[in-house]
Amino acid sequence: MKELVVISGKGGTGKTSLVASFSTLAERKVLADCDVDAADLWLILEPRILRRKPFSGSKKAEIIEEKCTACGRCEEVCRFEAIRGTGPPEDRVYRVDPIGCEGCGVCFYICPEKAIDFQERINGEWFISETRNGPLVHAKLGIAEENSGKLVTLVRKEAKHLAEERGLDLVIIDGSPGIGCPVIASVTGADLALVVTEPTLSGQHDLERVTKLTAHFGIPTVVCINKYDLNPQMSAVIEGWAREVGLKVVGRVRYDPAVTKAQIMRASLVEYTGGKIAEEVRSLWRHIVYELG
Amino acid sequence: MKIAVASGKGGTGKTTVATNLASVMAEEGQKLVYIDCDVEEPNGHIFLKPAIRRRIPAGIPIPQVDTEKCTGCGLCGQICQYSAIVVINKRVLTFPQLCNGCGGCSLICPVGAIKEVPRQIGVVEVGTADGMDFVQGFLAIGEVRATPLIKKVKGSAPPGEGISIVDAPPGTSCPVIESVKGADFVVLVTEPTPFGLNDLKLAVGMIRELSIPFGVVINRSNVGDEEVKRYCQTEGIKILLEIPEDRQVAEAYSRGELAINALPEYRSRFRQLFKSVERNFKGKG
Repeated sequence: MKELVVISGKGGTGKTSLVASFSTLAERKVLADCDVDAADLWLILEPRILRRKPFSGSKKAEIIEEKCTACGRCEEVCRFEAIRGTGPPEDRVYRVDPIGCEGCGVCFYICPEKAIDFQERINGEWFISETRNGPLVHAKLGIAEENSGKLVTLVRKEAKHLAEERGLDLVIIDGSPGIGCPVIASVTGADLALVVTEPTLSGQHDLERVTKLTAHFGIPTVVCINKYDLNPQMSAVIEGWAREVGLKVVGRVRYDPAVTKAQIMRASLVEYTGGKIAEEVRSLWRHIVYELG
Repeated sequence: MKIAVASGKGGTGKTTVATNLASVMAEEGQKLVYIDCDVEEPNGHIFLKPAIRRRIPAGIPIPQVDTEKCTGCGLCGQICQYSAIVVINKRVLTFPQLCNGCGGCSLICPVGAIKEVPRQIGVVEVGTADGMDFVQGFLAIGEVRATPLIKKVKGSAPPGEGISIVDAPPGTSCPVIESVKGADFVVLVTEPTPFGLNDLKLAVGMIRELSIPFGVVINRSNVGDEEVKRYCQTEGIKILLEIPEDRQVAEAYSRGELAINALPEYRSRFRQLFKSVERNFKGKG
């Protein structure tokens, strides 16, 4: 079984739209939406949820007021400025800011009165769903929650597990923008990374950083230039750069308002149109299949 | 006044809004600092072309274990919530990448065998661009945690009473929260598509949790559908500005040029945006 991960560095280059098309074109696969921060693939695939489970990725501290003697030790040791005492010295009240708390537990271990509660918290949900284009594993990180990396790892694991269970050969992962925690969790150990870029200076800058990341983790990487005709010179520059550093450009997809229209119709691009852009996406998919081997 | 520019979805035009807004205000003689908190993929510099005066390596404290003193008691491994320090067969192993610098292990070690040493996770750059101060951070490739670097970027802004404009990373999780924390007003940039709307709802949920006044900018307002507007109306969310899709602006963007320079009429649009932000901030504050 193989894992293909689609990432971009810069946001909004068209990852999810392409993954939606791949979901129509690929056979025998499981889809995994690992952009748990802003998951959008479900909007196109309209999943029927088979199983939903809570996700618990971190603990948070809470002060038990009755036990607290207001010694202030917790405020001293917290490096994240998440604990603050208010009120006059003789009647001080300490509270943990749940958004600032990083769940390190130092206050819990240090409190001489054992007046701090330190419990696992539910900070998201994950789902196994059925869609018209195959099974989908997706998730929703709670608002203002951390540890998206853990949730990404969980979604990937479950998608692989599902593929094995059903005897499917491929997992297609929709990644998130950036190069940090959730992206690292979505690329490590994947068989192929497709980086979707656009012909802008920002796109090029972010492409360079994110391909350094995949190289750092030893992930075979190919590139697709989306909306290539918005600035053909810039596309040529990116292709030249890719050649120089030994990255294969496996696809060029034009700018077409049909992409937005398909999204509004809750269809993948190749479901929505048979135009030239659809041919470019099909060609891109054939190249990816070849690269996956 | 601190203004943060954020969005749930990536690529909606945060940097476009933040850089053009900053430039227009600096032109008007406002004392201003631009703070690029998208340390994973910072792009503000492409448009503002700052002259960087200082590069400051940024690190977090990580444990260094003195094996002579260590008794292998295992307390450090118990307190660490990130598996950054573990004790196996009385031997201590550290995984610096996973450490978030809480200091718990060195605090709890009964024999003082753990010392904290800095480990670089990125760099903060400070400079000036066209009459404004400029700060940005670059997360080193392969680093997991952006949040501590974002803190350092924010902390490196020059002191004073002026206006700061924070360019936040996309999403709704910890790096975004760190970026918008402390802002007086948040500008949420979205686009009128199903993805844009879904991610806007998530971003609104996050900003409401933080109780910061906010408004919405709809970018590429003439593509897509009316659902974003309908949502804003139903929720009583102020639409601060609509920017129609324009080939000339898109091309200027692709070359790393500001919209206000490519199309001078955009100048008044971004001036209006600032006035609108000020009005809404005062109205709610």
